[in-house]
Amino acid sequence: MIKPSLVFDEGGQRLAMAQLTQASALTERLSPTRRAKASRFVVAMLAPSVVIVIFVVAFPLIYSLYLSFTSFTLLRPVAAWNDFANYRRLLQDPIFGQAFINTLLFMFVTINAAFLMGLFLSQAIARTIRGQSVLRTMLMVPMMFAPVMIGFQFRWFFNDQVGLVNNVLTSLGVLNGSIPWLVDRWLAMFSIGVATVWMNTPVVAIILLAGTLSISPELYEAADVDGANDWQKFRLITYPLLGPFITIGLTILSLDVARGFDIVSIMTGGGPAHRTELLWTYVPRVAIQDSRFALGAAMSFVTVIVTISFTVYLFRQLLKSRIL
Amino acid sequence: MRPSSRRRLRTTLVDLLVWVILIAMLVPALWLVFTSVRNPVEVNAKPPVWIPRELTLDGFKPLFGQSTGATGAIPFDRYFLNSVVVALSSTCIAVALGTLAGYVFARYRFRGKNMLFLGIMLSRAVPGISLSLPLFVLFARLSQSGPIKLIDSPLGLIIVYVAVNVPFTIWLMDGFFREIPAELSEAAQLDGCSEWQTFTRINLPLALPGLAASAIFAFLAAWNEFQIASVLTRTVNSKTAPVGLFDFTGQFTIDWRGMAAMATVMMIPAVAFVLVVQRNLVRGLTFGAVK
Repeated sequence: MIKPSLVFDEGGQRLAMAQLTQASALTERLSPTRRAKASRFVVAMLAPSVVIVIFVVAFPLIYSLYLSFTSFTLLRPVAAWNDFANYRRLLQDPIFGQAFINTLLFMFVTINAAFLMGLFLSQAIARTIRGQSVLRTMLMVPMMFAPVMIGFQFRWFFNDQVGLVNNVLTSLGVLNGSIPWLVDRWLAMFSIGVATVWMNTPVVAIILLAGTLSISPELYEAADVDGANDWQKFRLITYPLLGPFITIGLTILSLDVARGFDIVSIMTGGGPAHRTELLWTYVPRVAIQDSRFALGAAMSFVTVIVTISFTVYLFRQLLKSRIL
Repeated sequence: MRPSSRRRLRTTLVDLLVWVILIAMLVPALWLVFTSVRNPVEVNAKPPVWIPRELTLDGFKPLFGQSTGATGAIPFDRYFLNSVVVALSSTCIAVALGTLAGYVFARYRFRGKNMLFLGIMLSRAVPGISLSLPLFVLFARLSQSGPIKLIDSPLGLIIVYVAVNVPFTIWLMDGFFREIPAELSEAAQLDGCSEWQTFTRINLPLALPGLAASAIFAFLAAWNEFQIASVLTRTVNSKTAPVGLFDFTGQFTIDWRGMAAMATVMMIPAVAFVLVVQRNLVRGLTFGAVK
């Protein structure tokens, strides 16, 4: 039950009081009726959001968890319990194992790459004097793109016959023949990674830029007096003060990269021959194309756990850094 | 070389590098717009033609009911209308709900608050693929048993997009409300404002920039969403523009120019939205989450 935490026990009274005086004093000085009203207010304000999230996210997830223990398919929608058969099959499926590892690797590499790229851009833009607002606007362009369109665009860029990348390399005389960007396993993962990083760098860069600009210039002046060089200023002033901004940036990144299904499914669709299979492409393949819905549900549950645990870790950090 | 001039040289080099990177980042966007107005011969030309030599608007014909050699007319007006309806209404509802909840998270203390906040945020981390499949089955059942049609209807998509966008809105609005001094609310309450009046009369007007920032995010997410829409929509009754892009793909070929033309038109509302609320966007993302 949700209500303002104004009930404190005998032993913890003082501590609770101390916390309350620190927090916003909206409720503690109020009479009991006023408090009851406040607690009803809290429930009423939260209810619509909580209800819709439960209806559209939590309930379907629980439903698919239930289906993952049955033999449900779209053609025979009968939910007959079959214990852990789907999970046993999933563990024995080598393609699933490959997709699992690919996904972890992909998330780890793209999150880090987009972060470092964003950090570099933010630091460089923060010190430019002329054209800063132009640069910032340019930075926002990838945010306006539909991820589907990014997928199509980069699929064409990396196309081995007509794509821009091979085309440019050939006309520069660097390349003779063609590089099979979307066919070879590692090249294909690289190409998808480039598209993903391109899409996700701007948000991080913008957040870190705002963070850097909010640092007081006096700190840098003091550092100049002490004779610090640029690297020392970055390591000892900028980086520590950017802490919370870095956590926000990484959290948003992990949310967005984990939802990067569109790009992968359009650029390679997990192929050729499962070479770039990620959990996001393999789940619909199993659930819809192979019409093994329940097995797909089991796999999608594993996917949820993987992507959520990335986010939980970062969000914990974020919650620690705020005054609640 | 003297240290100061060496330093100036390095600064210039870094500036140059930034411009190069950012222009490189613009290439996909520019290329898309250029492709849409090219002569078809130029699209796959070798060596690449960077700036179109002659402009033609033929690529836009399929969008307006005329067919070209590559693609027949596509019901773009329907897709666009569906997208507008779905994105605008889901944005309005999500921002309204998220603002209510965000205010409470910013101003009140209650039991289980952190857990609830974390839970709501995590619902955004759920990949679309894990949602769209069970949602499809559930919505299909609801449509069979009741009068409400949620499959292949804008209503179904609106409901889903509201839920997907509410968490982030809560996060942003929570931050914006934290920026407003709590003393204002206390004073209002001492003067006899109810909880609701304190919210609408004191806090809401001050948080309007935050509403704008949240609205962009919700709008862009709904406008560009593809994965869930591709599962829940079937016909022109509900197909949104990102799903409609696939009308330009054949079994073996893709009409790049037609697709680029449609994507260019799709970007116009997004660009307008972002440019209008750009400054608030940056504020919303950062102050919102730090304070």
